Amino acid sequence: MGSKAVPLWGRFLGQAIERVEDAALLTGRGRFGDDLPVRTDTLHAAFLRSPHAHAELGAIEVSGALAMKGVEAVVTGDYAKAHTKPFIAGVKQPMEHYCIAVDRVRYVGEPVAIVVAQDRYVAEDALEKIHVTYQPLSAVVDPEKSITPEAPVLHEAVGSNLVSDRTFVYGAPDEAFLNSDQQIGVTVRYPRNSCTPIECFVVVAEYDPAMGGYDVLANFQGPFTLHSVMALALGVPANRLRLRTPPDSGGSFGVKQAVFPYVVAMALASRLVCRPVKWVEDRLEHLLAANAATGRVTRIEAAVNNEGEVTAFDIDQLEDCGAYLRAPEPASLYRMHGNLTGAYKLRHVRVRNRVALTNTVPSGLNRGFGGPQLYFAIERLMDRIAARLHIDPIELRRRNLVLAEQFPYRCPTGALLDSGDYRRSVDLAVTDGKWQELLCRRNQARAEGRLYGIGCAAVVESSMSNMGYITTVLNAEERARAGPKNGALTIVTVALDPLGSVSVTIDSLPQGQGHRTAISQVMAEVFGIFPEEVTVESGFDSAVAGWSIAAGSYSSRFGPAVAGTAYLAATRLRDRLARLASQHLNVDMEELEFADGKICARDNPANSVPFRRIAGSSHWSPGTLPEGLEPVVRETATWTPPELTSPDSSDRINGAAAYGFIFDFCGIEIDKATHRVRIDHYVTMHDAGRTINPALLDGQIRGAFAHGIGAALLEKFRYDEDGQFLSGTFADYLVPTACEVPDPIILHTESPSPFTPLGTKGAGEGQSMSTPVCIANAVADALGVDDIELPLTPDRVAALMGDDEPPFRATEGK
Amino acid sequence: MPRLNAGQRHTIQFELNGKSVSGETEPRLLLSDFLRGVLGSTGSHVGCEHGVCGACTVRVNGCAVRSCLTLAIQINGEKVETVEGLAGNDTLSPLQRAFRRHHALQCGFCTPGILMSLSELLDTGTDVNEKNIREFLSGHLCRCTGYGNIVRAALEVFAENRSGRAVSDD
Repeated sequence: MGSKAVPLWGRFLGQAIERVEDAALLTGRGRFGDDLPVRTDTLHAAFLRSPHAHAELGAIEVSGALAMKGVEAVVTGDYAKAHTKPFIAGVKQPMEHYCIAVDRVRYVGEPVAIVVAQDRYVAEDALEKIHVTYQPLSAVVDPEKSITPEAPVLHEAVGSNLVSDRTFVYGAPDEAFLNSDQQIGVTVRYPRNSCTPIECFVVVAEYDPAMGGYDVLANFQGPFTLHSVMALALGVPANRLRLRTPPDSGGSFGVKQAVFPYVVAMALASRLVCRPVKWVEDRLEHLLAANAATGRVTRIEAAVNNEGEVTAFDIDQLEDCGAYLRAPEPASLYRMHGNLTGAYKLRHVRVRNRVALTNTVPSGLNRGFGGPQLYFAIERLMDRIAARLHIDPIELRRRNLVLAEQFPYRCPTGALLDSGDYRRSVDLAVTDGKWQELLCRRNQARAEGRLYGIGCAAVVESSMSNMGYITTVLNAEERARAGPKNGALTIVTVALDPLGSVSVTIDSLPQGQGHRTAISQVMAEVFGIFPEEVTVESGFDSAVAGWSIAAGSYSSRFGPAVAGTAYLAATRLRDRLARLASQHLNVDMEELEFADGKICARDNPANSVPFRRIAGSSHWSPGTLPEGLEPVVRETATWTPPELTSPDSSDRINGAAAYGFIFDFCGIEIDKATHRVRIDHYVTMHDAGRTINPALLDGQIRGAFAHGIGAALLEKFRYDEDGQFLSGTFADYLVPTACEVPDPIILHTESPSPFTPLGTKGAGEGQSMSTPVCIANAVADALGVDDIELPLTPDRVAALMGDDEPPFRATEGK
Repeated sequence: MPRLNAGQRHTIQFELNGKSVSGETEPRLLLSDFLRGVLGSTGSHVGCEHGVCGACTVRVNGCAVRSCLTLAIQINGEKVETVEGLAGNDTLSPLQRAFRRHHALQCGFCTPGILMSLSELLDTGTDVNEKNIREFLSGHLCRCTGYGNIVRAALEVFAENRSGRAVSDD
């Protein structure tokens, strides 16, 4: 007995058990934000939103709306300016972003006023009675244009739309380029898209004048750095912003991070009316104004020798963050900064990072968060190098992969890649995924005159973010002034009740990933009980739970952080229970076994006591505990990996605790008549460290795969030249259906992480990073073209083929 | 149907999952809002309010319909079934069990609508294969699962139906 270096594994951990969440969700008993009861005096809000992409905001005439029966109040920018502060941002610039527009609107859909009424229908009626005077300004929606001197400036005090411009040098890239045989580069543009959870935002806010604080329910997903952002905007101490989340959340994929300005907006509205105010976002609002991933224009060049060995990258990234730099941006640009070299062992990097603002929806977390953009550039480049040097694309990648004996491997830009055997993963994928057969399939298709292509992609998936990585955007001096930012605390509490059952509170705010199931498995393994006996609370309450700025589900933190910390808490509790059981059974602690709901002597199973009896005993008889043993009723574990240090003086940053590896390849066929891209064969190899539940892991892979297909073939937020939004319904913004998502062949290897308590790594996002570029590479191969821009809609494929196709219209079908 | 005044409330009565229910509604109130907001039957979810995502799908007189495109007043006197009615006496239906077995849901927000559509298809006795079940499911958007496990769960239940035996739950 006692804590072991290697976690127990096998009885429940590693098993594809059914989910404890499902019985309720399948019977309509989910508890989503809009399902929960509210106080009977609750009012309902609707937003008036800007029809202009860029305009000076004049008078707002609200008397007509206020005169309507059932309308209680209208909130405008003046009230917001008087009672809230602008949101703080990661870059120091004179930009002001309030929860609703003040003086100027900068994107179509920006909130201009809030009507608060007895019900939503009346609130929406009243929107039509508000008259706003706008003085339209010219708009810019393209980041390359927005940083030119002619472009209209969004934030006049900044004087430019370029809000951050930093250049970093690691190693000696100039020398590497000078000594290289070839310099090969690509320029790519990554579009703005969004993961669009099927449940939109929900907020219910209540102002407490006695406390001078707010109690808010929102389907927020973290990170809780944003709690500070919200509290500062409301001008209250953090303990006067009680934030609760519903037990169930209808997907997020990062997106619900962006509910935070609406938390402040509803708090403000509730302050005005002194009653609870509820708002449920509709789909138009969500597509128009919630959150999109950043767009990115990347020029990447490699220094290469004739054997295909890459020695240096020179990267120029121009990031489109939309109309406001909304926290935690520009994190999208810096999340992967520590491993800008992807899966490859080159040692020299120069990178210029610029952040541009445009008259489009502000950017924010979206599955992959910076990864899809970066890997699209790197993996398009690797294909270009392979083609130029006439080396097989997989062989080229193999020659450059970080080697197994190099782990843990420090990347030139600072990431500490924890574990892996990338070459073995690739080789296994080639064999088990039938790469040779795919080549034959392509040859045969081409012999028949069909358009068939093959692509591949190698990706390192970072998980559990270092909360300090965003400060890499600041220089060393600015960082010193701001104070160190690093680490990523996780807090989990395991409690035992008087009848000896186990309850767990976690800080991950799940949105469908099955966290309750996975935690139940951890508990069952450690305590020798059954998963269904464990209760895991998924609803969150900042007034009750233990939490830090790192709380939430983002950057695939659950596997490495939350499950690992739950394991730490459980094993500590078990070791203390073992002292009680040892006394009870008169057996040495080391001889005890926890299994089948009992604690017994390993060599004499008949000498046993029910787990629940020992587990509940401290409640009943704390007076007779063994000498020096605290009552065994609960354990809170707080963990942060020591590897997550602040950016160093040379701007090296280890952005994540664990790094998984993914290698994908696929075969696609293009229909010559319809220009549709059909995925014929898709193989993905994952190394996500130890696996808690293979079915949950595959679920994450399949879901991210579907998002990757959407990004590759369908999804883009379209704006016209004037900044009008053209993707406001699910009939205009097409997302993959069951017909567009084939079954991928999923393969696994397991290299346990030495840095996480369970050896687990995160795996929620990698497939969103690899799939878009893998498909793009295959389409490039099919068509024999170099420049590929996503999404590869039929009109774009037709253009690549030189076929005439009418220009895109918003109503175009697939 | 009598003429309805926009501002007036009208009493409607219908059968919801086998029980008679009634309530007051303005003519413009959506069925989805009536079920959720008036009756507190929150199992049917609203995902887009323009009939594309399918999360709000319920059955009216056996037919799957989008409750976000249906007015509450339209179902006066009809028979409505929602996800709350699928399971009997604490036992999941074969379809629900198959979804759980195959991890065919994650966040569970789109799931009620998918279950209602599939339950209609099951009742029609239509013969399905993977291709047409995928086409059938394309009326529903799911952002979590990538659909594969939903397809597998559905195919298994249709196979059970054909062979007349249920796959054991454990």
